[in-house]
Amino acid sequence: MDKINRGVLENLLKTMLKIRNFELAVEKNFQLGHIYGTAHLAIGQEATAAGSIAAIKENDLITSTHRGHGHCIAKGADLKLMMAEIFGRSTGYCKGKGGSMHIADISAGNLGANGIVAGSAGIATGAALAAKKLGSGQIVICFLGDGALNEGIWHEAANMASIWRLPIIYLCENNQYGMGMPIKKATNLDKLSDRAKGYNIEGLTIDGNDVLTVYETVSKISADVRAGKGPVLLEAITYRIRGHSLRDAQRYRPEGEAKKWLTDYCPIERFKKYLIKAGYITQPEIDNITMKVNEEIDAAVKFALESPFLDVSKVAEDIYA
Amino acid sequence: MREISYAEAVRECLRQQMQADDKVFMIGEDVGLYGGAFGVSVGLIAEFGEDKIMDTPISEQGIVGIAIGASLLGMRPVVEMMFSDFTMLPLEQIANQAGKMRYMFGGKAKVPIVIRTPGGGGIGIAAQHSQSIEALFLHFPGLKVVMPSTPYDVKGLLASSIKDDNPVMFFEHKLLYPTRADVPEEPYLIPLGKADIKREGSDITVVATSFMVQKSLKVAEKLSGEGISVEVVDPRTIKPLDIGLIAGSVKKTGRALLVEEACYTGGFTCYLASEIAKHCFDFLDAPVLRVTGLDCPIPYEHNLENAVIPDEARIEKGIKEVLG
Repeated sequence: MDKINRGVLENLLKTMLKIRNFELAVEKNFQLGHIYGTAHLAIGQEATAAGSIAAIKENDLITSTHRGHGHCIAKGADLKLMMAEIFGRSTGYCKGKGGSMHIADISAGNLGANGIVAGSAGIATGAALAAKKLGSGQIVICFLGDGALNEGIWHEAANMASIWRLPIIYLCENNQYGMGMPIKKATNLDKLSDRAKGYNIEGLTIDGNDVLTVYETVSKISADVRAGKGPVLLEAITYRIRGHSLRDAQRYRPEGEAKKWLTDYCPIERFKKYLIKAGYITQPEIDNITMKVNEEIDAAVKFALESPFLDVSKVAEDIYA
Repeated sequence: MREISYAEAVRECLRQQMQADDKVFMIGEDVGLYGGAFGVSVGLIAEFGEDKIMDTPISEQGIVGIAIGASLLGMRPVVEMMFSDFTMLPLEQIANQAGKMRYMFGGKAKVPIVIRTPGGGGIGIAAQHSQSIEALFLHFPGLKVVMPSTPYDVKGLLASSIKDDNPVMFFEHKLLYPTRADVPEEPYLIPLGKADIKREGSDITVVATSFMVQKSLKVAEKLSGEGISVEVVDPRTIKPLDIGLIAGSVKKTGRALLVEEACYTGGFTCYLASEIAKHCFDFLDAPVLRVTGLDCPIPYEHNLENAVIPDEARIEKGIKEVLG
């Protein structure tokens, strides 16, 4: 632990705060009627995105999911362009054509969120194949939900990644629910990482709400993956505090379950306590970081609100290259 | 110029494109030592090695997903799907991912993949290995759909498809593989979206695709002996569609028969008929008719199979019906 310098710790906290408060702003603006469509919030899951992406190199690659704001932010996305996209504005990452589920920044190594569960499993694996063919030294993190590990394409892709020893980490964020389906009803496994055995790859299960555990685990396995030791299935146990989407009455989960996860296992509060107790940071310093993060988010909301919608005459542009 | 087969023309194109651009590689089931189910890639693995001619497990969704991901990093994968019927397994990846990606990302992605696959019946391998399903892919924005009918066309159209920055569905035909014709040795391009008049005529326009072009040409030759002048037009790419050339031909002859191997309902020629109505209404001397496969799975037994797939007699009958 003492090998991690303060800058890294501060950045982990800052990234998690950015993700949390960005999503709270999305939720609020949806309630205010500023957001037309929908979004899937990862509130409570910030540590997996922040910890894993901090542990890889800037030119490494990710693919994301429908619950992907955290991955985008951790990969360094511009909050203004993200918020504008969710608001459906022409200044957004996708000009308002993609929305929350399709934010991508290919030049920055974010190969895209995906509206299809496990839809990016093959794409991420292909990116890893290309990185290997091109000798670029890049590795790929393929973010997946627990539901994705029951999709056929993940199994096909993981098998090929194994036989070709591709530089990829399948990072399964097990947030306990596939929409409303509890994972225990969807699989007959204690640990989803046991699926790795079927492909003779390394499988690990960690506490996904402990950002340092995520960071240190991904630091270690990314070195192995980069060295050509083959793919890894990393299961990070976490919990989805909010509903599946912004339109979810949440009839399927026990009363108080989400609240308990938020009070007892919130990755951000846990990390703050650790940092203060270990003397890495003071409460006023945390307040200062939070203030700066909130200023950036406020500016993003303002930018989104003031941005124009795309002229409908351009609706059919960008279909073909 | 020398005569080579359609299959050899595909192979020659693949070889030349891989020699010219190290981003091009082949990926698919048994494309390596086996040489592909129809022998198209025989010998290429000896020339280019396993990294360029990638054999995969039987995992169609994964193969297409991997091709898409590799293309995002600048590679130009050429996927072989062993039978066109198998493209229904990776349909999600083709339609939802490859086709929509550029649009969803606001124009910031390129997905230069080609999916080569043999369609059509005629060799007795029944319903799950013989359907003509190209029309399905017309319906997904972002895809191009190519159907070459000659050795010359297949080489030039495949080269253009590999160089294209969009996902291309490239439908070969099992019965075309052994057909032979003159093909230049050097690489050349035939632009996507350009139709071709395969035989000039003045009494009626027959628009046909893939192996139906060859059947229509035989009928046209036969009917010329009866004093009927048939123009045979091959769209070559059915998306984008060269409606200009097709409409020009129909305006000239005033009559059109549309021939395809696919099922009657929802085939490519349904759409083509509406385009002809739109562009040529005032020039038509007769209703536009279609000769197509039956709305029936392709059966196994030879006589049954022949009853489902349009033959020369049905094409001839169709022409005579339009001529009145």
